Amino acid sequence: MADVNRGNRPLSPHLTIYKPQWTSMTSIVTRITGNALIVAGLMIVWWFVALASGPEAFATANGFITSWFGDLVMFLSLWAIWYHLLAGLRHLYWDTGRGLEIETAEKLGKAVVAGSLVLTVLSALAL
Amino acid sequence: MVELALPKNSRITTGKTWPRPLNATNVRTFKIYRWDPDTGENPRLDTYFVNMDECGPMVLDALIKIKNEIDPTLTFRRSCREGICGSCAMNIGGINTLACIYGLDEVKGDVAIYPLPHMPVVKDLIPDLTHFYAQHASIMPWLETKTNRPAKEWRQSIEDRKKLDGLYECVMCASCSTSCPSYWWNGDRYLGPAALLHAYRWIIDSRDEATGERLDQLEDPFKLYRCHTIMNCTKTCPKGLNPAKSIAEIKKMMIERRV
Repeated sequence: MADVNRGNRPLSPHLTIYKPQWTSMTSIVTRITGNALIVAGLMIVWWFVALASGPEAFATANGFITSWFGDLVMFLSLWAIWYHLLAGLRHLYWDTGRGLEIETAEKLGKAVVAGSLVLTVLSALAL
Repeated sequence: MVELALPKNSRITTGKTWPRPLNATNVRTFKIYRWDPDTGENPRLDTYFVNMDECGPMVLDALIKIKNEIDPTLTFRRSCREGICGSCAMNIGGINTLACIYGLDEVKGDVAIYPLPHMPVVKDLIPDLTHFYAQHASIMPWLETKTNRPAKEWRQSIEDRKKLDGLYECVMCASCSTSCPSYWWNGDRYLGPAALLHAYRWIIDSRDEATGERLDQLEDPFKLYRCHTIMNCTKTCPKGLNPAKSIAEIKKMMIERRV
């Protein structure tokens, strides 16, 4: 049969209709934390560069980083580091071909979330 | 590429609300994706009301009832009604599955039904699977041999045959591939979970003699390695198979043969 409507076919909806899953959400957060940490890392580099450039530059950078907003970014980065680290370990475990049954993968995901929160609180208290 | 918003011609508009059944007490609401290639209009979401006292237990029963009694223009694929043909794969209540073996009691509240995600739509709930099938064909889904054909048949030990369990049951319904965000963004070059599960099915078949060539063909930044272990595929497979594990095993073999 002639394929008459090829070309004007709509694309079926995807992201907006697909139900979030434990595995998919923990996966995207791994990516988000990884990218956010690049930004946080650049902020710390800016801090060091400012330190090397002189007291005035350092005062500006230090003022920003130790402000409430800077504190918030640093605190969230602390969580992001823990989350990204634990999720990375989960990926290494998966790469050995293990932990890929849905029940295990979901449990690991929940452990990554819970573990990162606990470790964030503990390390924030220690710092 | 990652495109979060739908193209202009694909945005969904509010559709028709069809009449409620008369004298029914146990009524359920269905919101179903509609697109008619003949009108040139955007897709829409129609609302139907089904009398559950006179409806079978599966989502497919409700779809057939709507088509028979409310709106004969509603279009969808179906055939075996027992989960073996793979025709009625669609997105129901936010996950991909086969309408014929998915119970209406498994969906909470209104039943939302869309075609398989991120696919060109032929009509209503029917996606165009041409590219999906072409990808399956590209992994050489047949026994490749080099030695002379045996007099009777290619033999296999019971243990080697067991390795194919959990792989040969795939019915190619495309639920897994179209649940995969990586396939959504890179489906033109990433083979997707279904094709890769089939690739693995032939790679580990003890009778197949093209294992090296099969791995060579997958050694590619896109075909195999766009799998990021998101695992929507395994979570959604209506047959309970594990494509994510098959893909992980192929990745392992890639490394093992290098060392």
